[in-house]
Amino acid sequence: MKKCDKVISVKDLTKKFGNFTAVDHITFDVQKGEIFGFLGANGAGKTTAMKMLCGLSRPSSGSATVANYDISTQGEEVKRHIGYMSQKFSLYEGLRVDENIKLFSTIYGMTDDMIKSASDRLYKSLNMEGMKKTLVKDLPVGWKQKLAFAVSTIHNPEVVFLDEPTGGVDPVTRRKFWELIYKASEEGMTVFVTTHYLDEAEYCNRVSIMVDGKISALDSPKALKEKFNVATMDEVFRIVAKDAIRED
Amino acid sequence: MAILGSLIKKEVLHIVRDPRTMVITILMPVVLLLLFGFAISTEVNDVRIAAVVDRHTDETRNLLEKIRVNHYFTFLGLTSENEVEYLLRSGKADAILILRTDETRLKGEIVADASNPTNAQSVATYIMGVINNGVSSSPVLTYTLYNPQMKSSYNFVPGIMGMIFILICAIMTSVSIVREKENGTMNLLLVSPIKPATIILGKLIPYFLLSCIILLIMMLISYTLLGLPVSVTIIDVVLVSLLYIVLSLSFGLLVSTIADSQLTALIGSAVILMLPVIMLSGMIFPIDNMPVFLQFISCVIPARWYIEAMRKLMIQQLDFSFIYQEIIILFSMTILLMSLSICKFYSSQKK
Amino acid sequence: MKIRILKALLCKEIALMRRNPIIPKMIVAMPLMVMLVLPLVANLDVRNVGVTIVDNDRSQLSRRIIYDIQMATSLTVTKVCDTHNEAMLTVENGKADVILTIPPDYSKLLLSGGSKVDIEANGVNATKGMLGANYVAQSVAGTLKQWREEMGVDLTPETEKVSVLNKYNPTLNFRNYMIPALMVVLLIIICGFVPTLNLVNEKETGTIEAMNVTPVSRFIFVLSKLIPFWVVGLFVITVGMLIGRLVYGLTPHGNILAIYCATILFSLVMSGLGVAIANNSSTMLQSIFVMFAFIMVFQLMSGLFTPIRSMPEWAQCVTYAIPPRYYIEIMRSIYLKGTPVSELWQPYTILFIFAVSFSIIAAMTYKKQS
Repeated sequence: MKKCDKVISVKDLTKKFGNFTAVDHITFDVQKGEIFGFLGANGAGKTTAMKMLCGLSRPSSGSATVANYDISTQGEEVKRHIGYMSQKFSLYEGLRVDENIKLFSTIYGMTDDMIKSASDRLYKSLNMEGMKKTLVKDLPVGWKQKLAFAVSTIHNPEVVFLDEPTGGVDPVTRRKFWELIYKASEEGMTVFVTTHYLDEAEYCNRVSIMVDGKISALDSPKALKEKFNVATMDEVFRIVAKDAIRED
Repeated sequence: MAILGSLIKKEVLHIVRDPRTMVITILMPVVLLLLFGFAISTEVNDVRIAAVVDRHTDETRNLLEKIRVNHYFTFLGLTSENEVEYLLRSGKADAILILRTDETRLKGEIVADASNPTNAQSVATYIMGVINNGVSSSPVLTYTLYNPQMKSSYNFVPGIMGMIFILICAIMTSVSIVREKENGTMNLLLVSPIKPATIILGKLIPYFLLSCIILLIMMLISYTLLGLPVSVTIIDVVLVSLLYIVLSLSFGLLVSTIADSQLTALIGSAVILMLPVIMLSGMIFPIDNMPVFLQFISCVIPARWYIEAMRKLMIQQLDFSFIYQEIIILFSMTILLMSLSICKFYSSQKK
Repeated sequence: MKIRILKALLCKEIALMRRNPIIPKMIVAMPLMVMLVLPLVANLDVRNVGVTIVDNDRSQLSRRIIYDIQMATSLTVTKVCDTHNEAMLTVENGKADVILTIPPDYSKLLLSGGSKVDIEANGVNATKGMLGANYVAQSVAGTLKQWREEMGVDLTPETEKVSVLNKYNPTLNFRNYMIPALMVVLLIIICGFVPTLNLVNEKETGTIEAMNVTPVSRFIFVLSKLIPFWVVGLFVITVGMLIGRLVYGLTPHGNILAIYCATILFSLVMSGLGVAIANNSSTMLQSIFVMFAFIMVFQLMSGLFTPIRSMPEWAQCVTYAIPPRYYIEIMRSIYLKGTPVSELWQPYTILFIFAVSFSIIAAMTYKKQS
């Protein structure tokens, strides 16, 4: 575990669908404990890249390691050490809160004692003690999102991948959600997050901006703003993405 | 008009882009027709018979020889009396003929596996026929009107058509509309200045066209490969089928206005439409044999009237005047369903 | 460890199935509907055969023939008319199925053996036509025999030399034959459609992705999709047997455990097929249509409604690849004939091989990675 400072290491990762190159030779590293923002317009290839890192999609070429496991050859090992929260809400709506927690934590090989203490901690930190027996589909959207995040990190993964976690949520809930992300990061978890909201990019340690399948810029928000000599990430994005060919 | 054109084009693209579903919709009727035409028959054939003979005489040899040469039977050979039970129970034989000769009189006993009663009945009839052959000549002559080879395939063509159109028109239409509801694209269309009637037509016309193609394919197979007699009634066949297609489409529209998820639409149309069509339309099981209350229920099933009309037209080659009753019923059902679903559509929109 | 994960996944499947608004209703309502209604409907016995008689003889004998037909249980006289054209009309408008024509001077010519009656059957419904014609022929033959005896010209002293013993179903009740088959139909439909819909639904709602990103092995995941249908299959068969017993008075003659065992194997076959189809479909409509095509072929080619041995050679070869063929053979043998398992080792083995290979196919086609 000596190379632990680099949790994700990506080299020339490429994904082609027929003639279409969704992700085009991207290369970057993510440090341990970092909040790494992954920005880009719709269709720029963010989700595809993330799916490759999670072992959901096989790369066409290039290589990457996540938590020191090769994604092409050790996909199932990778899955053991990561958490993932997809764009679509992906807990079982027909299951109760406690049932969802039990299901996912058992799959990650946690013992009953571990599950008990982890879920108690989770209920307390989310203030959900009264909702254990509620069906997930009856929860308000904000709660669902927080619960999904908590479930995807219940097994204490080294990296958690969040794919547009705050889509369709009001600003207050978004704020609270980011507090959860900070807390996880303080505890040493690496957070890899894609987002549409450019104000959220300001919360990240470093951001990369994808345009047409390639990474066009990668640095801390502060450095990027200085480099392009603008005041907000919004403007940075506009400058970087102005040459984009792909739309939607 | 241009809007309608583009809506139709969109829907056609949608159908064509899912080649698997399209191939199945076209192949399924073909496969069903061919299976019914060439593979399946209710006739009892190849009955396996074993015999137990206690004393061989000229008479028994004669009898067994007759069974051996008869093409309905497969003669398994001689067996012993204590094997009888085993052979029938394990399904290795369908019937055992036991021949006993006491003194000079021959006594025969047929032990048949009656777990399949039709089989058992026919076996007994056949064997008796073989044994009695020549002893007493039959006093009657039998002919068949229509369908002279007694091919049951003819009989199933209308039934298959009745089922396939429900499947394609009702299920595909309703699911495609409900999917748009689920995705929210339906709302997008509804808030646009396009008239609701145009939207409905844009949904129905492509499936109407698809059904016409399938009708054409099914008629081609029926009249060539299955050898249904060709006559002027073909025109009537097409007209009645078109009416039935419109009826099924209205049904699909009605289902789609009621169902709110694809799963409901699918299960709804499968359970509410398919099962009764198969069970109560007379497609497989004759309506006359049903208990009276089920006969009443079968009256509200459109497929019943369609199948009846098609049998008269395709198989009996009767002219239009014989089916006016069915036509009137189908026509009024269409009007009723059509207006019901349009009312529902508009009222759900106002909400 | 694996067992714990499987248990957790099974809990999830069962909880989801139980809370689904439609599926539990369907699992209960379908067997009731099919078992209560279909045996009433699925009656291929031919009754109510309409007979139109063209009586050109108008003698005492011809009137007796007509009377006896009227008295026969499955025959009814639709009309007695003078011309054949008139009789044809009754067939064309569907009122009659068989025409019996008695030639002029029939009774006079009969004793010299020179005359025969004509029976014409409507072949539109082949079974009804053929059997109807047979019934009429039997009835006429009976009348003639009696008449001859009365006239003292008994020509057939030896016809009674054959007796028939109908084993396993002495009353020749067609319903008994259909009831095990209907349970098979239920199993085919429920264990085929529900797993397919279930898995495609997970795909459409996106929960499948949450599973794919966990380290759960695909064999365990697929197993958790298949096992609940053992329970469903056993439930359906139990309901079927109870209805068979309570409503139709038919109890299995053989070992019930053997029936359950075959049911588990067969539900594994159907749900394995369902999962494999769902793995390869992206929309519900697509998966349903593919499944529907399989189900139609299964029902038609497995010997459920029509005997396999009446099919042509090539079609009989095809049936060897149709899994329900073996299940139906087992069900009918055990249910109606009480065949011991030792004599059915062949279909059991084949069904077992199908069950294992379909489960493996289901697991292999399940892709955690695209």
